[in-house]
Amino acid sequence: MSTWRRVHVNLRKAHGLFPVSSRRVTQPNTWKYGHLTLCKSLSTSRPLRNDFFKDLEVQLAAMRQKALDALPGSDWSPLEIDRGLPPERADVVIVGGGVIGWSIAYWIKQKERVRGGVRVVVVEKDPTYSQASTVLSAGGIRQQFSLPENICLSMASAQFMKNINEHLHVLNEDPVDLQFNHSGYLFLANEEVAHIMEENYKTQRSFGAHVSLLSATQLKEKFPWINTDGVALASYGLENEGWFDPWTLLQAFRRKALSLGVEQCIGEVTDLKYTSNIGITAEGDQVAQRRIKSVKVQVRNSLVYQPMECAMVVNAAGALSGKLAAMMGISLPVEPRKRYIYVLNCPDGPGLDTPFLIDYSGVWFRREGLGGNYIAGTSPEEALEPDTSDLEVDHQFFEEKIWPHLASRVPALEKLKMCILMSPSFLSPSFLPQVTSAWAGFYDYNTFDQNGVIGLHPIVNNMFFATGFSGHGLQHSPAVGRAVAELILDGNFTSIDLSNLGFRRIIQQEPMLERNIV
Amino acid sequence: PVERCCHVCPFMSLYRCCQRSALLVVYRRSLSSVSPPSSVSPSSSVSPSSSVSPPSSVSPSSSVSPSSSVSPSSSLSPPPLHTRFLRYLTQRFYDVEMLQSWSFLRRWKRVQKRNTYYGYAQENYGSDIASAYYILNLKGGFRFVGQSEWFIADQRGKFNWAFLDHKNTPLEEVNMNYTGINYRGLDNLEVQKSLRTLSIRGCPEVDDWFLARLHMFEDSLEELDISHCPRITTGGLAALRNLKGLKRLDVSSLPGISSPGVVIILLEEMLPKCDVTANGYDHTLREES
Repeated sequence: MSTWRRVHVNLRKAHGLFPVSSRRVTQPNTWKYGHLTLCKSLSTSRPLRNDFFKDLEVQLAAMRQKALDALPGSDWSPLEIDRGLPPERADVVIVGGGVIGWSIAYWIKQKERVRGGVRVVVVEKDPTYSQASTVLSAGGIRQQFSLPENICLSMASAQFMKNINEHLHVLNEDPVDLQFNHSGYLFLANEEVAHIMEENYKTQRSFGAHVSLLSATQLKEKFPWINTDGVALASYGLENEGWFDPWTLLQAFRRKALSLGVEQCIGEVTDLKYTSNIGITAEGDQVAQRRIKSVKVQVRNSLVYQPMECAMVVNAAGALSGKLAAMMGISLPVEPRKRYIYVLNCPDGPGLDTPFLIDYSGVWFRREGLGGNYIAGTSPEEALEPDTSDLEVDHQFFEEKIWPHLASRVPALEKLKMCILMSPSFLSPSFLPQVTSAWAGFYDYNTFDQNGVIGLHPIVNNMFFATGFSGHGLQHSPAVGRAVAELILDGNFTSIDLSNLGFRRIIQQEPMLERNIV
Repeated sequence: PVERCCHVCPFMSLYRCCQRSALLVVYRRSLSSVSPPSSVSPSSSVSPSSSVSPPSSVSPSSSVSPSSSVSPSSSLSPPPLHTRFLRYLTQRFYDVEMLQSWSFLRRWKRVQKRNTYYGYAQENYGSDIASAYYILNLKGGFRFVGQSEWFIADQRGKFNWAFLDHKNTPLEEVNMNYTGINYRGLDNLEVQKSLRTLSIRGCPEVDDWFLARLHMFEDSLEELDISHCPRITTGGLAALRNLKGLKRLDVSSLPGISSPGVVIILLEEMLPKCDVTANGYDHTLREES
């Protein structure tokens, strides 16, 4: 590169040695654009004779550009076969275009110190996001966790969302409106688990979360529509808690990341090529240290693929992270788990102050919009996990597992509009609620301890994980994105220390369990 | 950088395209006004082809032809300053874009700076004086508990320093209409546990997150006026559920609420003891097109 520039400079000096009569002896106006020197000529019309040196300069500049293109790192290749493929080389490949993937892409570009310094490619196999966990989520954010890492992640994410337009604003585009409902979370605890709730409350308060504890009578005063039988203690979020629109957040991250220069690729990662180095541990065991060299991206509905050479791979594939890890031969305890959400319509239900209510039986429900709609769901028992091959909804699940608890906890919902469902139970005289609609989504369920896995893998030297959040990925996404970007660019966590959520705990079999009451 | 820019271009907004094409039209028109049409055509053929890539003329060859047709003008008369300036700007597109985004960020930083925590005043004069000073600095007004006179800053920001005499007197009524208060500013008012009236009409920086922080006044606040605030939406009004002692609430003319009729009814249900005022809404039924 610099040799070409030196030739350019020497040529200009050579002008003085070979004076050509038709050439005006004026100082050419130059200005620098970036690292290139641009030359402005002052001649008024075409020269009388062809100036060999002037043409040579232009030719050499064109040749220099072509040589730059031919060097590795640029996208030019002499055989241009398919323009729709992802680039051949990238610095960071983020597998998974959900909210976590785009958040990481945005934060890497935000933190890079040289403009255009890091080449980031986000690989997403389904641009319609039809099965993505992000867009099918209930969209809640809360600080009421028991692990300090989770509390800090939620608080940092809420802080991000407070100033979301300052972070994710793109010039001349509409501002981001998350449609955040500041209604808070309300956890109910019975006698047996009330002490856990109190300890969690102390932890949350010590980290600055705005949570309050309510006794049964205070609860009845605040929310007269709740049936407080069996409730010993309730924990209510006062600030920074509620729910928002996950699609808006995803698109905001995506738009800002694309405007900062992240490249998007529609395709599926089918293979990871890596090199192995056998090392011997202190105990004398042989461990194969692996390094990913390239990622094979298969274009959708086609046999065309592109092997992308990359320096780092980030596994943000959500429910399918376990499959991606298996391509490397490593085991990641993350698998998809199906969860149902049912939409109910009850015109006489609780009003604008309905919080995100979570009962100690595991049933949750929240208000949706202003038309008397509510959404409800619960986590099934371990043994009765539904099949994850598709996203079909089981309506029987609502009748058996959710409705009894919900109806007893919120009697106002019993007056739902009655209708007879076309199901085997329609012959029974009991009143069935009207479930307007329902959908299902996957949790990227961490079977080990149901908390996120964030960090490098000890055996694979350049694979980062940001997955396994088991239902909390969306609310932690801005903070997790920043944490992974810090790992990649700075080498360690700078803002929130998430080393306890790393891979080490899985290898050493020390689970970091959430002491929830559910 | 060229490759990156080409990937970004499909996502250029219509406004940006119009901005750029407007600048290019002025450029071309200025060229055609001073030089004969024959020499304009090479430059005009260059600019549409470069409409996909930025007109920052990275390759020297394309920069030669437009600038070569500039020089006839120098022999006739220099083009006016605004034309030359616009011509200069067309070659500095990304710099102008960067300046615009910086000015946007600077606006935000200015708002945050005005609403910082008045730590020095808090330490040396007590939290009540600090809150009072903060309110006066933002051109608001307040009234102490037990006093009947108001301390208000005038339009130019001048105020009476006599409030310093009332040490450790909490504030009872605060009027911050049309000021630049935002959620950070509530750090300064956090200790006012006997605040009865808060009026924040027409504040451009008051949004839902501000309303969510108002729970700190839940025991004492009786009157709240948030009318004409452009950034408040329905989700923020749900945050007023904590103010159970509220007696008067004014939510008139909030442009951010999509269906005001329903929201007002739900608000009245949520706060049964409160008298909700909601003027300035058009409740006529409109046909869904």
